[in-house]
Amino acid sequence: MTFEPGERVRTRNDNPEGHTRLPAYLRAREGCVVRSLGAFPFPDERSKGNRGAAAVMLYTVRFEGPTVWGAGGEGLAICADLFEPYLEKLS
Amino acid sequence: MSAHVHDHERSAAISNRVKRLVSALEKRGVLQETALDRVVEEFLLHATPANGKRVVARAWVDDRFKARLLNDASAAVAEIGIDMSHWSPVKLRAVENTASQHNVIVCTLCSCYPIALLGPSPAWYKSEAYRSRVVRDPRGVLAEFGLELPSQTHVTVWDSTAETRYIVLPQRPPNTEGRPETELAALVTRNGLIGTASV
Repeated sequence: MTFEPGERVRTRNDNPEGHTRLPAYLRAREGCVVRSLGAFPFPDERSKGNRGAAAVMLYTVRFEGPTVWGAGGEGLAICADLFEPYLEKLS
Repeated sequence: MSAHVHDHERSAAISNRVKRLVSALEKRGVLQETALDRVVEEFLLHATPANGKRVVARAWVDDRFKARLLNDASAAVAEIGIDMSHWSPVKLRAVENTASQHNVIVCTLCSCYPIALLGPSPAWYKSEAYRSRVVRDPRGVLAEFGLELPSQTHVTVWDSTAETRYIVLPQRPPNTEGRPETELAALVTRNGLIGTASV
């Protein structure tokens, strides 16, 4: 699955046993894709010693503060670079 | 036990682990003795905040350079002789402060940092306190750095979670029209490039 800038996404609610580059505070949060960064080897797979891990798309995703922190997040946004397997399309 | 002591002990444990790893690789002939030092020294020789300051000063005086910097920072800094090829596939992105928008950089997962443009990162950047608090309460953290943002200024925190490194393009200070680029570069601070100072 690929995403376009402007598309709404939700991060998965995974808490994997191994390495991940999805910060826990951004799990199961809705955001908006702002930039497509190209394809990179998936770190969650590389960390298992799989040096030939397939490249997956990477996106900058923007989260509005209140989505992450509730009312205390007003006037704040957080942008993070997240791999495609962390993201689900929001219809 | 204070967070500082805790960080220090953990960093000592990691240093020891790295030392043991390097020595094991040398013993098995995978790594030549001193080869690693040479690579690190060569890299750090060119990795200084002077690079980041030069990029900002150029963007302040040249709107077209600024547009290219905001669009593709890796390509733009190469134009002024800052070689990022050793960094591939990691890309640089510059984010612009405006009157209504302030940006600040963090790596919540580890300590990713644009060393080539800013030199080695300060200890606080790697601390758990900065990494966990700046995404939750950036205004409070910035105030502790002496940067009180107006309440109407929107804050965007850039969490360097993957293959991009970020630098902040601060606002050009008032009353600096006509000043030469080298003087402008001297106004820029490392913290300004991280977003924990205004310039």
